[in-house]
Amino acid sequence: MTLRADIPDETFTGILAKAFRNTAFVTGFVITLLILAMAILSYVWTPYDVTRLVIADKTQGPSLAHWFGTDHFGRDILAMIMVGARNSIAVALVAVGIGMGVGVPLGAFAAARGGLVDEALMRVNDLVFAFPALLSAIMITAIFGPGAVNAIIAIGIFNIPVFARVARAGALAIWPREFILAARAAGKSSTQISVEHVLPNIATLLLVQGTIQFALGILAEAGLSYLGLGAQPPMPSWGRMLFDAQTRMVVAPWMAIFPGMAIVVTVLGLNLLGDGIADILDPKSRRQR
Amino acid sequence: MSLLEIEDLSLTIGGARILKGMGISVAPGEIMGLVGESGSGKSMAALTVMRLLPHAARATGRVSFDGIDILAASEDQMCALRGDDIGMVFQEPMTALNPVKTIGEQVAEGIRWHSGATRAEAEDRARKMLDRVGLPEAKFPLSRYPHELSGGQRQRVVIAIACALKPKLLIADEPTTALDVVLQAQILDLLRDLVAENRMGLLLISHDLAVVTEMADRITILRHGEVMEAGDTAPTLSAQLHPYTRQLAQASMHVPARPKTHLADTAAKPLLEVEGVTRDYRGRRISLFRRAPDVRAVDDVSLSMAAGQSVALVGRSGCGKSTLARMVLALDRPSSGAIRFRGETITGRSEAELAPARRDMQVVFQDPYGSFDPRQKVERLIAEPLHVLEKWPTRAERREMVAHALHEVGLDQRDMDKYPHEFSGGQRQRLSIARAIITRPKLVVADEPVSALDVSIRAQILDLFASLNQKLGIAYLFITHDLTVARAITDEVLVMHEGRIVERGKTNDVLDRPQSEAARALVAAAPDLHRAIARRMQEQG
Amino acid sequence: MTVYLLKRLAIALATLVLASIVVFAVLEILPGDPARLMLGMNASADQVELLRNQMGLNAPLLLRYLHWAGGLASLDFGRSYTYSVPVIDLVRERLAVSLPLALIALALSTLIAIPVGLYSASRRGRVGDTVAMGAAQLGVAVPNFWFALMLIYVFAVWLRLVPAGGFPGWGPGAWPALKSLLLPAVALALPQAAILARVTRSALIEVLNEDYIRTARAKGLPYRAVLWRHALRNAMIPVLTILGLQFAFLLAGTIIIENVFYLPGLGRLVFQAITQRDLIVVESVVMLLVAAVIAVNLLVDLSYAVVDPRLRSRP
Repeated sequence: MTLRADIPDETFTGILAKAFRNTAFVTGFVITLLILAMAILSYVWTPYDVTRLVIADKTQGPSLAHWFGTDHFGRDILAMIMVGARNSIAVALVAVGIGMGVGVPLGAFAAARGGLVDEALMRVNDLVFAFPALLSAIMITAIFGPGAVNAIIAIGIFNIPVFARVARAGALAIWPREFILAARAAGKSSTQISVEHVLPNIATLLLVQGTIQFALGILAEAGLSYLGLGAQPPMPSWGRMLFDAQTRMVVAPWMAIFPGMAIVVTVLGLNLLGDGIADILDPKSRRQR
Repeated sequence: MSLLEIEDLSLTIGGARILKGMGISVAPGEIMGLVGESGSGKSMAALTVMRLLPHAARATGRVSFDGIDILAASEDQMCALRGDDIGMVFQEPMTALNPVKTIGEQVAEGIRWHSGATRAEAEDRARKMLDRVGLPEAKFPLSRYPHELSGGQRQRVVIAIACALKPKLLIADEPTTALDVVLQAQILDLLRDLVAENRMGLLLISHDLAVVTEMADRITILRHGEVMEAGDTAPTLSAQLHPYTRQLAQASMHVPARPKTHLADTAAKPLLEVEGVTRDYRGRRISLFRRAPDVRAVDDVSLSMAAGQSVALVGRSGCGKSTLARMVLALDRPSSGAIRFRGETITGRSEAELAPARRDMQVVFQDPYGSFDPRQKVERLIAEPLHVLEKWPTRAERREMVAHALHEVGLDQRDMDKYPHEFSGGQRQRLSIARAIITRPKLVVADEPVSALDVSIRAQILDLFASLNQKLGIAYLFITHDLTVARAITDEVLVMHEGRIVERGKTNDVLDRPQSEAARALVAAAPDLHRAIARRMQEQG
Repeated sequence: MTVYLLKRLAIALATLVLASIVVFAVLEILPGDPARLMLGMNASADQVELLRNQMGLNAPLLLRYLHWAGGLASLDFGRSYTYSVPVIDLVRERLAVSLPLALIALALSTLIAIPVGLYSASRRGRVGDTVAMGAAQLGVAVPNFWFALMLIYVFAVWLRLVPAGGFPGWGPGAWPALKSLLLPAVALALPQAAILARVTRSALIEVLNEDYIRTARAKGLPYRAVLWRHALRNAMIPVLTILGLQFAFLLAGTIIIENVFYLPGLGRLVFQAITQRDLIVVESVVMLLVAAVIAVNLLVDLSYAVVDPRLRSRP
């Protein structure tokens, strides 16, 4: 007679202890913290001023003075990466916020109501998914003009159906459980049940999806600014730096290598963090280990 | 000469000691019953014989099958044994078959693999095997998929797979636990016949002493990975020399003391009245223009219950008893008919109008793990029904009420600051009951409240139900397929069959002298430890 | 089965119609008068008005939509404002670059990912698995256009094995064309392959924990046979889902990758058309891409039914 408990059942300290034994989580957490710290530090200190052009120093390779070299205007690449981090993080984070803020209530509502409401919402989801996200982001930024804010909106809109889908799927798995029936027998409304029982039980799922969308947001922002549709100069952005580097690859490969590494490390850190959280909190993966 | 001989087997999985020097033997043609409560390690012992343990498991000791040292055998040797010389039947028939392969493919696969038969030969043998396990060609061609079969039928397919090559040893791990009593009796008969026909040894693993007693020649009782007692079934269970054996046997037959009984009093106003209630589910669409006919889960059911009365609603799985319970709880709406609670109609009422009724009507579910939100503390969980009170209690009052409810079900009031996972299955069922009685309801609907519990825990929970009925005068509607539960705790029995109530009467009358065919089938199929021991005594002397 | 198929088909068509309305509406509110754009700033108001009438821009909204949608359905996309050629010709010419690119990338991604996923799942927790999944983790994090730049640097600038960009056309033969599509396809495929390998692995591992795998093992099938005969087919459902989603990613990815490699494909066409306000081209190409995504999703839905008998018997 074996019964399965499908939902993680641990105390906060227990989870914490397990978190710090999980390599993926620790690595991801440290990387994410470092990138965040770098972005915050850039408000008060950067090795050089990123707005000042020093033509005499242009396209210099990595050296003690300029660790990551300089670009074609003589700006310090490291300083630009630090300032660019702000932009990347802000865009991706707000876009995740938009996606969660709108998508999760929609998905939870669809799961709670079912029937036609659910069907209609899912069809709208299908509609949004039919547009390749980057293509639509390009259209949106092209219509409303390039810039960080429009990039946020463009990326955020495409996070909505993702979170709606995850929240709905998670909620649908919770709704048939007996504790929901017990809450219904206690006279709670479907909204109350959604808030008190369903959302707390799908929170980890949403957290994991959040880190994934955060990472995808960083990639999407880089893509948009590479096409010249993201943050506008003189504000440095990682994608824009890569665009500038492309024509100078032969003479100044460092201009392409370091901003690209910044993107890779950030996205890697976030993905590891998400994997770690999923590992720690998902009882299924626990059974596998 | 034993077919299977396990000696001094110890097993650890990731540091946890599952088996401690366990031993058991099975002779050819013999049925050995391995009995234990959850956590006794009985399933792991079976998987050790198959060498299908989880990766982290480490086994020491001696396991020899037909002269082969199992623990030292190579993986190739094991593959040659599995399915050919040792077959295995699992507990959960709903998930034991591959959903994307036909039953024919799945039965024939092992035959082809071991015997090198051609596809046609293997299919021919698979066909014969399926016929033998009671799945005739006319209704169950080889091209059927598992999802087109019921649980009992799927278990027959699993048995066909296990027995296709007439293994010397068959291991059946709780083969009937997921099935209702009538199906259980059929599957057990089938296993007994197959074992006799082919002189197989059968290692039958079960938590149910009555099932094992009816089936097994010898019995081994396992607890926490150690063998408590082993021997011929009849003497072992009649003498009950070992205290744990006695404890198990007594718990299986336990009947709580209930001095006061309530029989339907036609004069008083009934607490609950169900009048001509029918529930149809829409048939699935089978083609563009056609739907399957509606499924009638509950068919024109009428019943009434008096205050303080304890009534059992028994029936096979799928007979509509849970649907009826949900309609009584106003969690599902009848297609037609009316339900009155305390004289007031509750069908078709809004949630706000239902609040007074909800206060007096609570529920206890089967699964002690699934019925609590794992993210909330006991205090909030137990207090959830207070939501329907007219005046919301203050925080202090609420804690007071929760503490009182916990006390009534035999838990400590300090437990209210814990999370549900900190409790055992039996304790959680106590929490469920605490939640159900906190509003001092008139009626508690309990849907299979003890069927997921070990026998010794089950006896305690039945005692608790009985004492609350005596003390607080709460009426119970017990939904169950287990007649021993009905007998232990109810005054009246309603027998439900295919959506209809086919028999009603005093519990002992119905269970001792069932009138309807459905009730007779249930009673005949229900394993009964008294009866089984008596019969064994005659056979084994 | 037929009900399932018809329902999926109906949903696909409805999505397509809705999508066309969205595209039409979005481009209606786009600032800038196409007639003015075509004629230039020096044209008189009368000239512009005349052209607007000729182009049907003054007709009622619904009529314009129906006219446009009808055109789309009959593959008559109208004429490009900037190139002054029928859009269908432009599309056909560009598709000859983008379609092979996307298909090669998809094939590459699948051919790399599925074996890696299988390998990793079957040696879960061992060194091979750790290395493969570490590489996949890295692959997921790499932006494809940066990866493209690195590929150019190594294979075109440094080793001079392939051209750094541009497209010779299919005229001079298949080989030079394929050679110039090779790096873009690799750049597109590898990040997607990393995702697909991870999904394949986790789907397989989940399936390998199912009860029926134990049943198959109890029959005496060795682990490898169980993996191929029982696990793989059940694990295909999430893999197919991701493959469908990836097609959309690959299409969108071509926009950036074609820009990196200066490939005259659809992605570059639509990007340029947006900056030049060539609405007809934007509308047509976007609708074409959306239709492709919907068609692929429909295909995925149908393949579910092939893989899973439970869907076949369900409406």
